[in-house]
Amino acid sequence: MNSLPLLTLMMVVPVLGALVVAVLPAGSARLARPVALGASLLTLALAVAAWVAFDTGSDAVFQLTETHSWIPQFGVSYGLGVDGIALALIVMAAVLTPVCLLAAWNDVPAQETGSLKRYFALMLVLEAFMVGVFAATDVFLFYVFFEAMLIPVYFLIGLYGGPQRQYAAMKFLLFSLAGGLVMLVSVIAVYFAGPGGSDGFLVQNLMGNLDGSTGALRWMFVGFFVAFAVKAPMWPVHTWLPDAATESRPATAVLLVGVLDKVGTYGMIRFCLQLFPEASHWATPVVITLAVVSVVYGALLAIGQTDMMRLIAFTSVSHFGFIVLGIFAMTSVGGAGSTLYMVNHGFSTAGLFLVAGFLVARHGSKRIPDYGGWQRVTPVLAGTFLVAGLSSLALPGLSSFVSEFLVLQGTFMRYKVAAVIAALGIVLAALYVLLMYQRVMTGPKPAFVDGESPHDLSARERWVVAPIIVSFLVLGVFPKPVLDLVNPAVDKTLQIVGVTDPAPTEASGSAQ
Amino acid sequence: MPALMPAAVPAAFEAVTVDYVAVLPMLIVVGGALVGVLVEAFAPRAHRHTIQVWLTPLTLLAALVSLVLWSREHQAVTLGGSVAIDPVALFLQGTLLGLAVIGVLVMAERFGGVGSDAFTPMGASTPGSSQEDAATRAGYATSEVFPLSLFAVLGMMVFVAANDLITLFVGLEVLSLPLYVMTGLARRRRLLSQEGALKYFLLGAFSSAFFLFGAALLFGYAGSSDLKEISRAITTNSGDLDGLLLPGVVLTLVGLLFKVGAVPFHSWTPDAYQGAPTPVTGFMAACTKLAAFGAILRLTYVGIGPDRWDWQFGVVAIAILTMVVGAVLSVTQTDVKRLLAYSSVAHAGFILVGVLAFSQAAIGGVMFYLLAYGAATIAAFAIVTMVRQDGSEASHLSQWAGLGRRHPVVAGVFAFLLLAFAGIPLTSGFTAKFAAFAPAVQSGTTGVVMVVVGVLASAVTAFVYVRLIVLMYFTDPVEGVVALQPSVPSTIAITLGVLVTLVAGVAPAWILQLAGDASTFLL
Repeated sequence: MNSLPLLTLMMVVPVLGALVVAVLPAGSARLARPVALGASLLTLALAVAAWVAFDTGSDAVFQLTETHSWIPQFGVSYGLGVDGIALALIVMAAVLTPVCLLAAWNDVPAQETGSLKRYFALMLVLEAFMVGVFAATDVFLFYVFFEAMLIPVYFLIGLYGGPQRQYAAMKFLLFSLAGGLVMLVSVIAVYFAGPGGSDGFLVQNLMGNLDGSTGALRWMFVGFFVAFAVKAPMWPVHTWLPDAATESRPATAVLLVGVLDKVGTYGMIRFCLQLFPEASHWATPVVITLAVVSVVYGALLAIGQTDMMRLIAFTSVSHFGFIVLGIFAMTSVGGAGSTLYMVNHGFSTAGLFLVAGFLVARHGSKRIPDYGGWQRVTPVLAGTFLVAGLSSLALPGLSSFVSEFLVLQGTFMRYKVAAVIAALGIVLAALYVLLMYQRVMTGPKPAFVDGESPHDLSARERWVVAPIIVSFLVLGVFPKPVLDLVNPAVDKTLQIVGVTDPAPTEASGSAQ
Repeated sequence: MPALMPAAVPAAFEAVTVDYVAVLPMLIVVGGALVGVLVEAFAPRAHRHTIQVWLTPLTLLAALVSLVLWSREHQAVTLGGSVAIDPVALFLQGTLLGLAVIGVLVMAERFGGVGSDAFTPMGASTPGSSQEDAATRAGYATSEVFPLSLFAVLGMMVFVAANDLITLFVGLEVLSLPLYVMTGLARRRRLLSQEGALKYFLLGAFSSAFFLFGAALLFGYAGSSDLKEISRAITTNSGDLDGLLLPGVVLTLVGLLFKVGAVPFHSWTPDAYQGAPTPVTGFMAACTKLAAFGAILRLTYVGIGPDRWDWQFGVVAIAILTMVVGAVLSVTQTDVKRLLAYSSVAHAGFILVGVLAFSQAAIGGVMFYLLAYGAATIAAFAIVTMVRQDGSEASHLSQWAGLGRRHPVVAGVFAFLLLAFAGIPLTSGFTAKFAAFAPAVQSGTTGVVMVVVGVLASAVTAFVYVRLIVLMYFTDPVEGVVALQPSVPSTIAITLGVLVTLVAGVAPAWILQLAGDASTFLL
């Protein structure tokens, strides 16, 4: 094992960065931006180091582990560690944070020094919590990060968002908090069902060690699942997402939808499946149904939106449906697809939100009917918008295709009807993405009132978009590094759940 | 009826043995209080405030030090079995003294005036009268609130250590009477203050009567007012007088649940909290609640515990009602003090959930909760005293709009305390809720049901607190609302309160250990 506490460092660096940003004197508040960017890049370097140090062939459940006693009276440890799934998500978060910081460069005018510093400090604090929530191997610690994360997001939306920001921030907070508090009951119950002791909250100690009646364990499962379903978000508890996404700044929306919501799906794997295998089987029919509804419902509503940000939010509801579908299909293909999808969705949503954000920054409106013909004015922006959209609709050769295909294949092995209905989501995706592109970008050259046509993407904006598009291409053509990373973890999860893939002969038989 | 005449009645009067070291902290407090009264009588008016502001906290600190250094080594059931200085009593008394220090420091705040800013110069004058003006001009000040609070602290210390019903009643009265007076002494909005005091007094008197009647019935049942004897009687009595037991238990519990502000005995809380001078509100909310829960713990665990299958469901219903009513009504409040009052009602419900778990872990959890809640509450009310419009406290919520823009530090500290009340992780509120709820979940289905209600009520209260944070940060400031610069004592008080809230949230292990180790009763 590595002696350097990489995971802790990945939280300490952004927090220190946030502190430095916060105490900058008003005169040099402009430095907040480079300092924040530097801290997030350093975190990215640490994430890469963690990836290098991670041994994909290892048998251990968690690697890079750090365990210290925190509140022994409650059985709580400061336990960190990652498996392939968690590491992939952490690396994604570490890549997206600097991208978002760069995208958010001019969100706050440099004259408002206090506001500027607070904005970037909150983003960095959020990054630390994001690393923590994925790295926590202690259920209690996970819960702490899960809830604490709400605070910076709440302020990011409520202080810096659009006209309806307070409503959106409050709605976001209440949904998440209500879900989280329900989970708290399960968190407490899990400890008493487990082996107990001063480190009784460690996932390693709880896995396969839960003792309790079937009914009790199923209730605990429900407690966890409700919180994750709100977070993910699944139909019918998704209603906070469109409001939060459209009212927050694009960069915040990316971190919220692209990274934070992954906590929901990640939690389903880590806690619902790994801790409650029996209850997971029991709940599968309902969950699969909800997931399929999410896929179709999210896509249908996306088609009907006139607000670009809301549209992107609803596409996410649809995509999260796919992710949950793959997780609960309980096949290795589906699981790997879902995990890969979590990463890909992070990047493709980032692409859509950020490019749409650039567009909104130029024209000042989120309404699709206010646009038209913009590819004639801003060709590069239009091109990147199209690529991001195509990735979102899972065009072969771009990253989402691989994961969506794997999810559907994995689901089809077990739940044919669900897979067939969910496949509709792909068709609908083509509709909402291409319709939006058509309405915004194509058509006659727009006439601008002041006669001055907007600039195309600036150098900074190109730097924002570049890594995202690179990720589409790399993960679309060569997803192997990520799959290698997550496959052992997915297999381990399925082993815990106690399922094996349906025999391949059957699969090939049905393919005739 | 043999049980009516206990065999243990002594033939002649015997002096009880007193372990003076064990009760030394209480003696120090009563000594300090008496000296305080003398200061009021003999010290020149100009110096009284200064003397009291030094005397009172030092008395409390001396009591705390003697408790930690000596009383801890002298655990005993003393004074003829009527006072138990056991680990629970010591932890609660120590916490009480610590909280009282913080509370008294807040009372000392002058904001540049002659006497304590929160208290009327002359309690006996008619509000708005020329007499009141004359008293103000003459520089009068009610510095007697300091000895009064020491007496109240004494009552509370007795309350948490009382091992028989008579002593419990004495403690109840000693702690209540000074509080009734202090509630009516607000400098501003004096009619509201006096109304609150009167309501508090009348309802308090009723509840004392309930308690006393219950104690009499229990004495009739067990032939002794000693909690241990009552417990023994419940397990051994053959059933002659069983009819007295349940009414006795119910009535004593009503008396105590009134003090913690449990629904349906909470109706005094909002009025008294709103009317009382704000530092007194903080003191009352933190310390009275702690003392009353200490008494409830002892009564239910040591005394009437064996009978709990008869009365437990009633208290479960009260706990659920308290959480729901407290949380829901706090949503509709427009006054920050009333809001905190209803939230204290909800918190009483959360603590009751812990009490009803009936395990050793529950005792520790409840005690931790009381400590954490008390520290945060006093600090929160201290901040309420600082926010002013035109000289008087800006307690209406609309006046808090935009405070975060004008006074980022004050609003930030208040927001942190609100997050603690809401139970957000990394604050004491979360650890405390966990400590109280975990034993309840462990105790069985009833406990789980209560905890589920509890977390849902928490979500409702969280909405209330967050709405206040929204108001402070996300809205435009109101003209004329300022946060006054606190003096050294209240700065220390707020700092201590916030520090406890932070430490109990981030590194609570040692406090939990302390509370856990102290969670045994001496029988």
